[in-house]
Amino acid sequence: MSTPAKEALDHSATPWLFLAAVATVAPHFAHQPSWLSVCVALTFAWGGWLWWQDRRLPGRWLLVLLVAGGCAAILAEFHTLFGRDPGVALLVMLMALKLLELKSRRDAIVVVILGYFLLLTHYFYSQSIPTGLWLLTALWLVTATLIRVHGGSAATTRGTLRHAAVLAAQSLPFMLVLYLLFPRIPGPLWGLPQDAHAGRTGLSETMTPGNIASLAQSSEIAFRVLFDGALPPRDKLYWRGPVLEAFDGRIWRPYPGVTPHPQLALLSQPVDYQTTLEGHSQRWLLALDAPSTLPADAILSGTLTVNARQPVVNRQRHRFSSVLDYRFNVEETQAVLQRNLALPGNNPRSVDLARRWRAENSSPQALIDKALDLFAREFFYTLRPPLLGENGIDEFLFTTRRGFCEHFAAAFVVLMRAGGVPARVVTGYQGGERNPVDGFLVVRQSDAHAWAEVWLAGRGWVRVDPTAAVSPSRIEAGIADALPAGEPLPALLQVRTDWLRTLRHRWEAINNAWNQQVIGFDRERQRDLLARFGLPDADWRDLAIALGTATALLLTASLAWALYHRPHRDPAARLWQKVLRYLARRQVHCAPWETPLALAVRLKAERPELAEPVAQVVEAYLLARYGTACDLKMLRAAIARLP
Amino acid sequence: MVMKKVPMSTPLLSASPRPLAPVLARADEIILGKSTEIRLAVACLLAGGHLLIEDLPGLGKTTLAQTLAHLLGLQFSRIQFTSDLLPADITGVSIFERERSEFRFLPGPIFSQLLLADEINRATPKTQSALLEAMEEGQVTAEGETRRLPQPFFVIATQNPAHQIGTFPLPESQLDRFLMRLELGYPDQAAERRLLAGGGQRQHLDQLLPLLDASTLPGLQREVAAVHAAEPLIDYVLALVEASRQAPAFQHGLSPRAGLGLLAAARAWAWLAGRNMVLPDDVQAVLPSVARHRLRSLQGSDHASAEDIAALIRSVAIP
Repeated sequence: MSTPAKEALDHSATPWLFLAAVATVAPHFAHQPSWLSVCVALTFAWGGWLWWQDRRLPGRWLLVLLVAGGCAAILAEFHTLFGRDPGVALLVMLMALKLLELKSRRDAIVVVILGYFLLLTHYFYSQSIPTGLWLLTALWLVTATLIRVHGGSAATTRGTLRHAAVLAAQSLPFMLVLYLLFPRIPGPLWGLPQDAHAGRTGLSETMTPGNIASLAQSSEIAFRVLFDGALPPRDKLYWRGPVLEAFDGRIWRPYPGVTPHPQLALLSQPVDYQTTLEGHSQRWLLALDAPSTLPADAILSGTLTVNARQPVVNRQRHRFSSVLDYRFNVEETQAVLQRNLALPGNNPRSVDLARRWRAENSSPQALIDKALDLFAREFFYTLRPPLLGENGIDEFLFTTRRGFCEHFAAAFVVLMRAGGVPARVVTGYQGGERNPVDGFLVVRQSDAHAWAEVWLAGRGWVRVDPTAAVSPSRIEAGIADALPAGEPLPALLQVRTDWLRTLRHRWEAINNAWNQQVIGFDRERQRDLLARFGLPDADWRDLAIALGTATALLLTASLAWALYHRPHRDPAARLWQKVLRYLARRQVHCAPWETPLALAVRLKAERPELAEPVAQVVEAYLLARYGTACDLKMLRAAIARLP
Repeated sequence: MVMKKVPMSTPLLSASPRPLAPVLARADEIILGKSTEIRLAVACLLAGGHLLIEDLPGLGKTTLAQTLAHLLGLQFSRIQFTSDLLPADITGVSIFERERSEFRFLPGPIFSQLLLADEINRATPKTQSALLEAMEEGQVTAEGETRRLPQPFFVIATQNPAHQIGTFPLPESQLDRFLMRLELGYPDQAAERRLLAGGGQRQHLDQLLPLLDASTLPGLQREVAAVHAAEPLIDYVLALVEASRQAPAFQHGLSPRAGLGLLAAARAWAWLAGRNMVLPDDVQAVLPSVARHRLRSLQGSDHASAEDIAALIRSVAIP
């Protein structure tokens, strides 16, 4: 059904439309190009001014020109009109321009529908609690606007808002049913790849001096862990990410080929835990060293890194078991050992030093001790290391002596390789902070870490963390305590006031609960829930049936409620409604305030052929409804005589 | 008229024998072209309410009042209100009788069955309120003695529009005591031509013979009060009153007394149409004269306009 275009819009409904437009568009300002935000804000201001001054709205051609200009600008910015970001930008622009075209009620309805659609688009960007609250409020406002547009000038603000709130509350059961039963699609539902992968912070696949230090500036949460048992000791909390074996003198990279399957000897009881990993657009999952049981769809690489089959774009939950004491590849192939001894031609002084040490004492353990001893004595742990040049390791070891974990790990591995001990860099996260409110261990980007692994005959690959030698508190207490005051750490991490820390723990626990319980309601949980209601192994067909049934039940219940609470109608009045429908089919319309008598008189002039029988019906109806005796027989007889 | 074509099987729509038809017909001959106003005035008297006629001078306000008094056979007196009129001029005074050495009460003009209070808004508020108290209570208290007024007792007050010079407009609380307020308005051209040709209508007044006498009126009033108002009709009256309170066009809504008055007036209107039950049409017909002087429109301080009342009617669905 379309609303006629000529139906004029009530002047006082315009502020509502502006408010609804601002509420639905505003959160997009945070991530869309700033020129668009400025243009949209200016358009809002212009439209508001035109309304305030009661001026003429811009003409059709100017609007066409503006739309064309806006599309061109969006095309120039994104090079396409499709996909998430350009699509949303287009919608935001159209919403703003529509406010310059508020002439009829139909225009207002377009704004309202666009508003509802824009509400949906915010979930492409954020599914957090504040977003949810904002969108709920905006939904209320848009619904109130819809009511206001139809309500005419007589409607009061309070009445309109109350009506909208009641409507929104009535939709709650349907929302719950859809939330619980709508089939979940694994993986991202929306978004082209370049959208989904853009602008994520996190570990990268390569390591250069400085890139982990830059991660330490971010208090963003990398993942959360819930241990089934007690929290393991802090110095065992090494979360393994990519292992870097190839070094070109500056950049560390993983070995591109395939490594044989790892051999693990478990020396202690496994620890069970569940991780909730934030999307980082990479394939690796973070597990404690060394993982013994993996989730079903994960693969263990030859370097003990756990990989998913697809890049992790959305938040994911995984269950792991790990053993904290283990032997890893006691038997190692010659190719792997050779690879982990390779060195590029630069950094001659470091190579010399290691060879000298090796000449003094040929035991690998002695070499390790010498290196750690050197770090412990003369080096500083800092987030702001000096810039390094061509022979980065030499400069670090002999000149600057200040560095972050990646400097120590890289220098240590170079020294080991030069001394003839196979070694490699392992990146990942170390430690984490336990939230006392919900018991989750929270690991942030600032906990990103790099350490070394050396291969010793008879013991396999052994973890050595040179950072622990320089700054033991980094491993035992966390980065905030390890760095000297004045380092550029994120404000959140520097908080040492108790009540602020408690507040942060609370807020993060609430967020985590939201993520785990509400956002994290995925296919498995849906399946579990349905199994509890006697529907095991539900596929999408079962879900569709369940969804249909639940919706039908809800509809029936609301219908029954509405029928039950319907104003009790007199039988005479019911018969009269029938007559009115009969007349409406014959193009005779009776306004609700028009009396039957007036209708009969009007029909005399307008429709003489109907006048006589209708007059008899009117007579019988008035006697039955307003007279002393309710005689329906006469009314029915008169109705039966209608042509 | 369209009504005549409807067969007799539909008495509600047809011209059934109507009570007081001779009275109304006679009055129509005196006051030309104002049959609706005359019927409203008679309905007001039948409902036991007082009537206020407001219009410019010379439109037949006084003639209407006099005609009704004559035709209904009521004992009639008239007070011309002026700014120097005192309350005692209305209620009466006690004078000392020398020969009997005592005070004797000389009843004022208010002791009549139909009182025409002409140009009521020319008197001071003090005098106005003396009259209005008598209207409300049906009795007069003068010099420590309460005297009942004769029964029936009607007041037909006329007033000039408030913006004329030298007027004391009636306060809202006083206006509420009048069941109806009518505006006569200019007669149409045909009526005015007959008026001019007939040489004025006041002279006919003297030749008018009463068609009823005062003793029958209470019986008629009882009949009117017995007219049936069904449940849905009372719902309709309630809905109209409620809508007047919600409508943003008015400063405030109708009082419960106005609701009672509306129903009583609708009963009288139905009775005049020869029906023993009230229809929504009756309510709609009397609503403007019952409600307009009780409502104030939001713009300006004037009474609600006829359009406001029409909008009020259109905003309420008939139950």
